[in-house]
Amino acid sequence: MQQVSTQKKGVLGFLLGPSVFWLVIFFVAPLIIVLVVSFSKRSLLGVVEYDFNLQNYRRVFSDVIYLRIFWKSLWLAIVNTILCLVVAYPFAFYIARQTPSRQNFLIFLVMVPFWTNFLIRTYALIFIVRDTGLFNNFLIGLGIVDEPLVIMFTQTGVLLGMLYGYLPFAILPLYASIEQLDFNYVQAAQDLGASGVRVFLRIILPLTMPGVVAASIITFIPTMGAYVTPDLMGGGNTFLIGNLLQQQFMTVRDWPFGSALGIVLMILVLIATIIYFRKGGGRAF
Amino acid sequence: MVNVDVELQSVTKRFGDFIAVDNVSVQIYDGEFFSLLGPSGCGKTTCLRMIAGFELPSEGEVNIGGKSMGETPPFKRPVNTVFQNYALFPHMTIFENVAFGLEMKKVARSEIKPRVTEALEMVRLPQLADRRPRQLSGGQQQRIALARALVNRPQVLLLDEPLSALDLKLRKAMQLELKDLQQQVGITFIFVTHDQEEAITMSDRIAVMSDGRVEQIGEPLEIYERPNNRFVADFIGETNFIEGEVIENGSDSTLVGLGAGVQIPARASQEVSSGQTVTVAVRPEKISVHAAAPMNQGINVPATVEEAIYIGTDTRYTLRVAERHHVVARIQNVNSDLATNRFFKRGDLVHLSWDIDSALVLTS
Repeated sequence: MQQVSTQKKGVLGFLLGPSVFWLVIFFVAPLIIVLVVSFSKRSLLGVVEYDFNLQNYRRVFSDVIYLRIFWKSLWLAIVNTILCLVVAYPFAFYIARQTPSRQNFLIFLVMVPFWTNFLIRTYALIFIVRDTGLFNNFLIGLGIVDEPLVIMFTQTGVLLGMLYGYLPFAILPLYASIEQLDFNYVQAAQDLGASGVRVFLRIILPLTMPGVVAASIITFIPTMGAYVTPDLMGGGNTFLIGNLLQQQFMTVRDWPFGSALGIVLMILVLIATIIYFRKGGGRAF
Repeated sequence: MVNVDVELQSVTKRFGDFIAVDNVSVQIYDGEFFSLLGPSGCGKTTCLRMIAGFELPSEGEVNIGGKSMGETPPFKRPVNTVFQNYALFPHMTIFENVAFGLEMKKVARSEIKPRVTEALEMVRLPQLADRRPRQLSGGQQQRIALARALVNRPQVLLLDEPLSALDLKLRKAMQLELKDLQQQVGITFIFVTHDQEEAITMSDRIAVMSDGRVEQIGEPLEIYERPNNRFVADFIGETNFIEGEVIENGSDSTLVGLGAGVQIPARASQEVSSGQTVTVAVRPEKISVHAAAPMNQGINVPATVEEAIYIGTDTRYTLRVAERHHVVARIQNVNSDLATNRFFKRGDLVHLSWDIDSALVLTS
């Protein structure tokens, strides 16, 4: 018996080894480095001086500019998450109600944009929505508007870019959970006198909650740290944590302050996620 | 005078090229326990779903309580359904499940609680109100599904093979319980099943279906004793089918030749003519086996014992009649005296007799 279990442990270690190694080298170690650096100092030349102090964190919480950036990022991430859910849910529902072969085809279409680099896709989106782009030319051509709608370099533009970028991430978990929904429950609810809206609110939505939770988290977390979209679509007018981080590391070369910002962002996302779960989003039955 | 509660008028349902229900007309009376019986794919569930409103007929009309349902959606029909797999909502407690229909009907909050409690007491499970469906056994879930439907006091209760997921013993108990419950509440029950024994035990009337058509509608006794055709005779219980040719068509009985000079009289429900090939149906338990030719009895068919199997309550004989027909007879073992109890053995020459009303001439 003893021998067998030792052997089993060996096999288990062999199988788990690569992933443990990977996590330690590329996840745990960098996290510790960032944590250590966040308590360090920046020398005049921009080099990290390992001299333990809380200066960076004090700066994050004392300057109202940084808190505003955090608040704006949080708010935009929440709005974007809600937009993604609202747009993705009907689409995921539609896919889940098709024949299996059609489902595969539609999921394939959802995945197609990933074949192209995100940056290139964002530039393509800019070509469509800018003042002299396809969308505005179309509206002006039809005489619906006289002046082009200004979308670029506004918060609306940033939201549009984020919605576009993260929509597939919302569709996939929603589809997975709607596809598993037993439609007998829907019929049972109709049989008991529930009309369409009430069937959705009382039966379909609660039963697909795991998908909604997964979709929310998977869109909320990356949008909190987004920087390409606000940079390109917002043109510097919408300055989020992602942009601030990028600026601190690449332009200002203040790694200790950048690290402190990163740690605060991480904790913020963690707290938001926990609150979301506690609020009943993750309630299992 | 009985009132018609649910009526299907020449209802046909097509799914693409497939005809699931073919010109079915049925009248179901108020307060009746009515069964739709047939093998899988015969269209019985589709009929039920058209009454519930989950499917709309391709042709014909569904009337409930004298009103044409047209395209009325399920949530506006005065019926409730007990689903085959119960479909209890997994995210709600048992109480919430049972209260759901009342909430949807906007019944006052103060009235919901007593009515749910009453429904749970009716199925004798009031102690489970706070549990979740997955914590219940199959039999308990089945009863909760019943309570969830009956709490709404529907005009008609539809039951889609509700007992098929239960084990045999529980199923037997639930058959009686369901029948009791139906008499207690007085609601029309429409019960879909593929189990002929279940249908016979529980129903006031049965519609036997096959290939989308209704083969026969009648009381259990009528269906069993006077099947209209070969399908019904075969599907309900066990039957011997003996092929023969009409020799003489009398007013009272029809004489059928089985070959090798053997002739038997039988009752014909349809018109037959001399020389027509027909099937005579006789149930195994209606046949008596004698050592010598019985005196003063109309029917006397010589036979050879091919096989005799003792199965406790009965002895089951396979007999050869007129050289080419195999007939099964089931003789009840009334006598328990080992010494005098006499069984026939393989190769014995015997005489078969039965009541003339037990032999039916079937043409299809």
